[in-house]
Amino acid sequence: MRNALSVQNLVKRFGSFTAVNDVSFDVEDGKFFSILGPSGCGKTTLLRMIAGFYRQDSGRILLNGQDMDGVAPNRRPVNLVFQNLALFPMMNVFENVAFGLRRRGEKGPAVEAKVRDMLERVGLPESGKKEIGQLSGGQKQRIAIARCLVLEPAVLLLDEPLGALDAKLREHMKVELKALQSKVGTTFVYITHDQSEAMVMSDRVAVMNNGVFEQIGSPQELYHSPRSSFVAQFVGANNKLPVTLSGGATPMASYARWSGLRTTAPAAGFSEGEPHDLFIRPESMVINPPEDSGFNILPVTVKAILFDGGNSRLLVSPSGTEDELTVALPQTRQYDHIRARDEIRVGWDPSASLCFRRSEWKLYDEE
Amino acid sequence: MKSSRAGFLFFFLPVALWLGLLIVLPHLELLRLSFTSSRDGGLTLSNYSAFFNEPIYWLTFVRTALYSTLVTFIAMALALPVAFYITKVARVQAGGFLMLLVLVPFWVSELIRVYGWIILLRESGVINQLLMAAGLLDRPIEMLYNDVTMVMGLVYTSMLFMVVPVIGVMDALDDALIEAAYDLGASKTAIWRTIIIPHCTPGLVSGGIIVFMLALGSYLTPNLMGGKNSLWFTEQIYNQIILYFNWNQGAAFGFLLLLLSSLIIWLGLRVTGQSLKDVVK
Repeated sequence: MRNALSVQNLVKRFGSFTAVNDVSFDVEDGKFFSILGPSGCGKTTLLRMIAGFYRQDSGRILLNGQDMDGVAPNRRPVNLVFQNLALFPMMNVFENVAFGLRRRGEKGPAVEAKVRDMLERVGLPESGKKEIGQLSGGQKQRIAIARCLVLEPAVLLLDEPLGALDAKLREHMKVELKALQSKVGTTFVYITHDQSEAMVMSDRVAVMNNGVFEQIGSPQELYHSPRSSFVAQFVGANNKLPVTLSGGATPMASYARWSGLRTTAPAAGFSEGEPHDLFIRPESMVINPPEDSGFNILPVTVKAILFDGGNSRLLVSPSGTEDELTVALPQTRQYDHIRARDEIRVGWDPSASLCFRRSEWKLYDEE
Repeated sequence: MKSSRAGFLFFFLPVALWLGLLIVLPHLELLRLSFTSSRDGGLTLSNYSAFFNEPIYWLTFVRTALYSTLVTFIAMALALPVAFYITKVARVQAGGFLMLLVLVPFWVSELIRVYGWIILLRESGVINQLLMAAGLLDRPIEMLYNDVTMVMGLVYTSMLFMVVPVIGVMDALDDALIEAAYDLGASKTAIWRTIIIPHCTPGLVSGGIIVFMLALGSYLTPNLMGGKNSLWFTEQIYNQIILYFNWNQGAAFGFLLLLLSSLIIWLGLRVTGQSLKDVVK
C-alpha cells in the first residue's frame, strides 16, 4: 500500500530548544494514525509542520510522494481540524463547508451538491442554513471535519479536537470519529494526550516524548510490549516498583525487603545494582493467588477500595512500605469481603511484568 | 428604591442638562432661525431655496460630502494594516509601544498638528529645502492649498479614531480563524476579504461614523491646509454667521449639514448591514 504521508528525519528547533528531534514515520493510505504524547512533547509542532505553518529545520515531508518543502499551507493537500475548531462565525454552516471549494474557484451547483453530500455524510443534512452559534459541541465538531473532508485531502490532521467536549460526549465522539474515518476512507493523523482516544480509534499509534518518537505500533503492541519505560507508563495504567536486578539471563529483582522476584530481562541488557523500574499492569495483578501458582507474591495492606463499576481497583501498599499499587478488582462478588486496612496478598505472573532502567519524565503538567 | 432613584438622578441630570442646554435648545433656536427671513423676520423658506439656487453652495456641499467619504475610506484602508500589524504581527510589548506611537500626535492640539504640516509643506518649508539641497528641484513648489494635501491632512487628524475601534475588533479575532482559512486554500487577499474585513466590520463602521462626522464638521484643517480653494461647507456656515451676520442663512446651512451626515450614516449602516446599536457597543 502506498504512503499518504511520509515524514523523514524531521527536526524543528526554537532557539536552543529542540521541539521535534529527528522524527520519521510513514502513514499508509486510509489509515487512522495517532500521535500520543504529554503536553509540550512537540506533537503540535510536528502537526503544524505537516500542515505547513512551520518550516522544518531539516528533514522532509512527503504527501502522496511529493516533497512539500516550500509549499504554502493553502497549496498543500492536507487540512487541519483545529483544537478550537476555528469555524468561521461570520458565515453559516453551508458557507463554512463551501469555503475551501470556493477558494478553489468552484462555483454554482457543483459546490452545492458537494456540500449537501458532505453534510449528509456527517449526519447533519438540514443544518446548512444554521449559524455557527446555533450548533451544539458535537455538531460543531462534525462541521469542522466536514469542512476539511469536502476538499478530499490526502491527509486530514486533527489537533486534539475532542479536548473541549465533556466526558460523555467525548466517549461518543471517539466511536463516531472512528466510524466516520472508515466510512470516508481518508487518512487521519490525530494528535492527542489522551491515551484512551488514541487506543480506541487508531490503527497505529506513535508515542512521543521530548521531541522524539519512543515507539510506533498498533495499540495492542504498545500495550503488551512497550519498548521504553515511558511507553509502559504512558499507555494504559501501570504500577511501578523501584527494583535492582541481579543474576544473568533470567534475572531476579529485589524490591524493598523482598528479593528473588522473578522478572524478564530488560531488552537493552543491565548491570547489577543499577536502579530499575518493574512495571506490572493492575489487570495483571491477582488477589490472593494460590501459593503454588509460580507467581511473584507480595503481602500488602489495603488502603482504599476505588469502586468504579467494571473498572474498580484496590489501592494497596506492600507491607512496611509507602509505595502504592493499584490492583484490578473484578466485580464477580468473589472479593466483596475485602475491606480497607485488610492484610491480603497480591501476585502476578513474572512474564506479565516488564523491567526498564529507571528514567525520569513528566507525565503531565501540574497546573 | 429611593436611593437608587436618587443615584439615577445624580448621574442623569448632568447628561440631561448637557444635552438639553448645549444640543437641543440651540438646535431648536437654529431651526427657528433657519425658517425666519433675515430681512423682515417673517416665516420663509428662502434660506433653504438660496442653497439650491446658488450653485456655489450646493457644489461646496456635494464636494464636502464626497471628500469626507473619501477621507473615511482612506482612513479605513490605512487603519486595517496598521491594526493588523499591532495586534497580530508585533509582539505584545511592541504592540503597546506602537499603539502609543499612534496616540502621541493626539496629545497636541489639532492646530499645532496642522501647523506641523504647514512647516513641512510650505514653499519655504522643510521638504522643499531638502529637495532643493538634493538638487531635485530648481525652485520651490507650493505643496499646500490643494485638495490632495487637504485630504491627507484630514486623514491624519482623524486616523486615531479609526485605528482604535479597528484594533479593538481585530484583537478579538481568533488567529486560528486566519490559519484555518489559509489551511483551507485561501490566498492572502481572500483571507482579508472573507475573514478579516467581515470580522472587523463593526469596528470599521463605528470608526467610519466618527471619522466621517469629524471630517464633515472639520473647519480648521480644510481652512489651513486647503486655503481659499478648500471650499469646505463649514466655511460657508462660518462666512454666513461671522462675516455676513446672516444667522438665518447659517442656521439653514447647519441643518442641511446635519441632514447630510445623518443620511450618509444611515446609508452606510444599511449597506454594511450593521445596526447602530451594535456599532456603538
